[in-house]
Amino acid sequence: MTSSAVAGATDASPFPGEREVTPELVREHNLNELEYGRIVEMLGRVPTLTELGIFSALWSEHCSYKHSKPVLRTFPTTGSRVVQGPGENAGVLRLPEGWAVAFKIESHNHPSAVEPYQGAATGVGGILRDVFTMGARPVAVLNSLRFGPLDLPRNRYLFAGVVRGVGDYGNCVGIPTLGGEVGFAPGYTGNPLVNAMCVGLLREADLIRAAAQGGGNILLCVGARTGRDGIHGASFASEELSEKSEARRPQVQVGDPFTEKLLLEASLELITSGMIVAIQDMGAAGLTSSSAEMAARGGVGVEIDTALVPTREEGMTPYEILLSESQERMLLVAEPERISEIQAVCARWELTATAIGRVTDDGIYRVRHQGVVVAAIPGQRLVDDCPIYHPAAREDDAARARRAAVPSRAPKVDLGDALELLLDTPAIASKRWVYEQYDSTVQASTVIGPGGDAGVLRVPGTGFGLAVTVDCNSRLVALDPYEGGKAAVAEAARNIACTGALPLGVTDCLNFGNPEKPEVFYQFREACRGIADACRAFDTPVTGGNVSFYNESPTGAIDPTPTIGMIGLLERVEHRVPSHFAAPGDEILILGETTGALGGSAYWTEIRDFVGGPVPGVDLEAERRLQRLLVAAAEQRLLRSAHDCAEGGLLVAIAEAAVGSAYAREPVGAAIDLEACSVGVALEGLLYGEDQARAVVSAAPESVEALVGLCRTQGVPVFRAGHVGAASGMLELKAGGRLFSWGSRTLRQTYFEAIPRRMQHPDVDRSAGE
Amino acid sequence: MLNVAVVRFPGSNCDGDALRAAEQVGANAYFVWHRDTGLDGADIVLLPGGFSYGDYLRAGAIARFSPIMQAVQRHAAAGGPVLGICNGFQILCEAHLLPGALLRNAGLTFVSKPVDVVVEQTATAFTSAYEPGARLRLPVAHGDGRYVAAPDTLRLLEAEGRVVLRYVPSSEGSPFQPNPNGSANHIAGIANGLGNVVGIMPHPERAADSMLGAGDGLGFFTSMDAKVPSP
Repeated sequence: MTSSAVAGATDASPFPGEREVTPELVREHNLNELEYGRIVEMLGRVPTLTELGIFSALWSEHCSYKHSKPVLRTFPTTGSRVVQGPGENAGVLRLPEGWAVAFKIESHNHPSAVEPYQGAATGVGGILRDVFTMGARPVAVLNSLRFGPLDLPRNRYLFAGVVRGVGDYGNCVGIPTLGGEVGFAPGYTGNPLVNAMCVGLLREADLIRAAAQGGGNILLCVGARTGRDGIHGASFASEELSEKSEARRPQVQVGDPFTEKLLLEASLELITSGMIVAIQDMGAAGLTSSSAEMAARGGVGVEIDTALVPTREEGMTPYEILLSESQERMLLVAEPERISEIQAVCARWELTATAIGRVTDDGIYRVRHQGVVVAAIPGQRLVDDCPIYHPAAREDDAARARRAAVPSRAPKVDLGDALELLLDTPAIASKRWVYEQYDSTVQASTVIGPGGDAGVLRVPGTGFGLAVTVDCNSRLVALDPYEGGKAAVAEAARNIACTGALPLGVTDCLNFGNPEKPEVFYQFREACRGIADACRAFDTPVTGGNVSFYNESPTGAIDPTPTIGMIGLLERVEHRVPSHFAAPGDEILILGETTGALGGSAYWTEIRDFVGGPVPGVDLEAERRLQRLLVAAAEQRLLRSAHDCAEGGLLVAIAEAAVGSAYAREPVGAAIDLEACSVGVALEGLLYGEDQARAVVSAAPESVEALVGLCRTQGVPVFRAGHVGAASGMLELKAGGRLFSWGSRTLRQTYFEAIPRRMQHPDVDRSAGE
Repeated sequence: MLNVAVVRFPGSNCDGDALRAAEQVGANAYFVWHRDTGLDGADIVLLPGGFSYGDYLRAGAIARFSPIMQAVQRHAAAGGPVLGICNGFQILCEAHLLPGALLRNAGLTFVSKPVDVVVEQTATAFTSAYEPGARLRLPVAHGDGRYVAAPDTLRLLEAEGRVVLRYVPSSEGSPFQPNPNGSANHIAGIANGLGNVVGIMPHPERAADSMLGAGDGLGFFTSMDAKVPSP
């Protein structure tokens, strides 16, 4: 194509009445001089306002990954099970018997910070659509949430509103919540995190990708009408929160899970019947990003007539229609002769499907409105040519100093009493208050619900199941991003393996502050290096995910929080292993090595008021051996229970296994003797250190010899620590020449009541959001 | 073979679970759409859980006007068995096939957890397989499950033995709070006077498979028979 032909193809005129493009207007659209210069060069002219809006959305951090792309390319993304790696709406891994699993995690942090109920609800809606547009039926959702401490009323309000929003949406659509995590730390007070993950099942043969193809094929808009909500949501997600962010409330979309459910059923019917060529959710940046990304993936152009898009109100401009983030909308590509069939399917699900444009062969992203071409941009360059940045990275001196420091204050309480205080810490305590608001049994396939190490569901009609989890210990990442990144993957994999499942793959939600600050970019780069190394070691490729930068507020940046969502395969569902001790007389064993590493521990944080110290290094080989051992022991039916040893350390893990599940009739006691365990390790570190690569398991007496033998052959250190005691008995512990004992009923009460007690506060408005 | 129609409303989300549970006991189970006007020769009708019409206006309030509900009314009037689970129970109350109403849970939040219930009436179309007084552990998952009725209606329900399921009182050692939603008289499910129409809040279809570690709900489906046992 000659340059003059390009110039002709990209002619466009302002929409009547729209503002003139000025430097101020460019700045308002969060485009810098370099970016604007590239736009002018690309078009050979000044962009129209409509085009400026399009670039602003697609070149936002949220859509373009302009600060993260080079780092993300270092993740391992291939493997024998990978059907679809990063770059699509969701990643897909191969399962047995022709099945596949599609899964993805995404953040909805900024909307939730200003409007917790709708922000969280629409976060769930978006991630469901990402999965069912691959042709997969959603079978599980998980979420990873972070808030400031619950003693602040605002944090209680945000926590209650987010949980209600997540629940109301997922419950209505009928997707069980199988797990999640909730953390509390001061850094999240101004900027909570809401990360939602969805897992879907499909026949591998039904997989559909979001690539527009075939000149003359038709673009159809399906689902809700387009309104003025959520305009510039993608840009909002790409800036720091400030006092002015409250004014962004109208930019938060409003969810309608009922329409979502209809859209889900209609989409799956359209996909499995082969009626459509491609499908994509209108998520962040709405019609703009869905149409531009589908065109770029297929290497084609598109032409859209915004006047044809069904709108909620009269007089919407092309700019508003293109950038609206109204929820529950899909963009389809189909051959012209199939349109009436498609419309019939949609009508049956009480939805409309409206033709709004077509696929073209000239590679131009073109928008018309009432005959006027208001945007004409080379399509591939629109998506791919955003400048990529390689920001400076430098570790914060203060972070280095914190890592080298040790606590100066004496413990608040005695070593024995510290256990109760830790179980009463909201980050460690039971999250029953949260997960009882989420339907966890709909679809009648839940094998292990929330409250264990990982959720487990069976795949109907087969003998196998999936284990699912989300994890991140952000305190470790803040202190040491590389080891913390490794630890997030290691903990997720341990949780999966504790249920007996083999870790298969990862989706990640990388929540960080402003990447233009060298200390933040350092955290990001190093955490990603840790994630990549761990994923390579465990053979769990990264199949997709989401980057959320600019998680900063006037109270500062969040703790870096690279949340790891992981999928595991349980070859036979009946081999599942629960987290809690099962029967009196069973033997309790500690797997892995204890060195007493207290750096970054919950004990130092809560009991000695100190966040710092060298974090425990993650020995990836030891982790991998532990995972393989747990899977093999589950297959051989040697385990009665297995529980990951993580935040709070060994004693908290033992206590959690003893207090029982939320629905156990009674807790159990235990008699533990650690006198011969890790001799030479100080008592504080022995009980509360957070060495990685450990698990607390229990086994029937007749299985112990075989289990110990398996540990030897697999190279996993094992210590026979004691026995499960009677129902409601005492938890007794001998260690360091001392004898400790706790009533298991008291521990159970503390563990389960910690969050409800704090949320009973009268300022928690239970009707928030309705 | 028993023909079991599972009614799908827009927003039903336990329709597939109910269908599978019915199939598991050997029934010929199939879906009927809310716009259909006939039940295709169904012996038994299941109204599954979910959020028909998004629970907009009030749970079940719009679904009762669906065309299929006229066929369900005729089927029930002729003595045909109808089981409403969760949202299905709400629809049966809205359609006046059962008395009373289901309001927002007393705790004001959605409640999802297992509960212990007692089968108080086995002379119904869906509980004949249980022993009287049988104790079941079944999941609940609802935001609007607080059963209320006028005092006279409650007295009548109790006098006529039409309380089918009742949440176990805490004094009987259930590890759960006795009543997850504040229902009057701890009622978890009721029947009409003939015992052919039953509405319950717990989900037996999610507890009908030992693989999931829960088989207590299976009896609702093995009880299914074209005839209703006489009280």
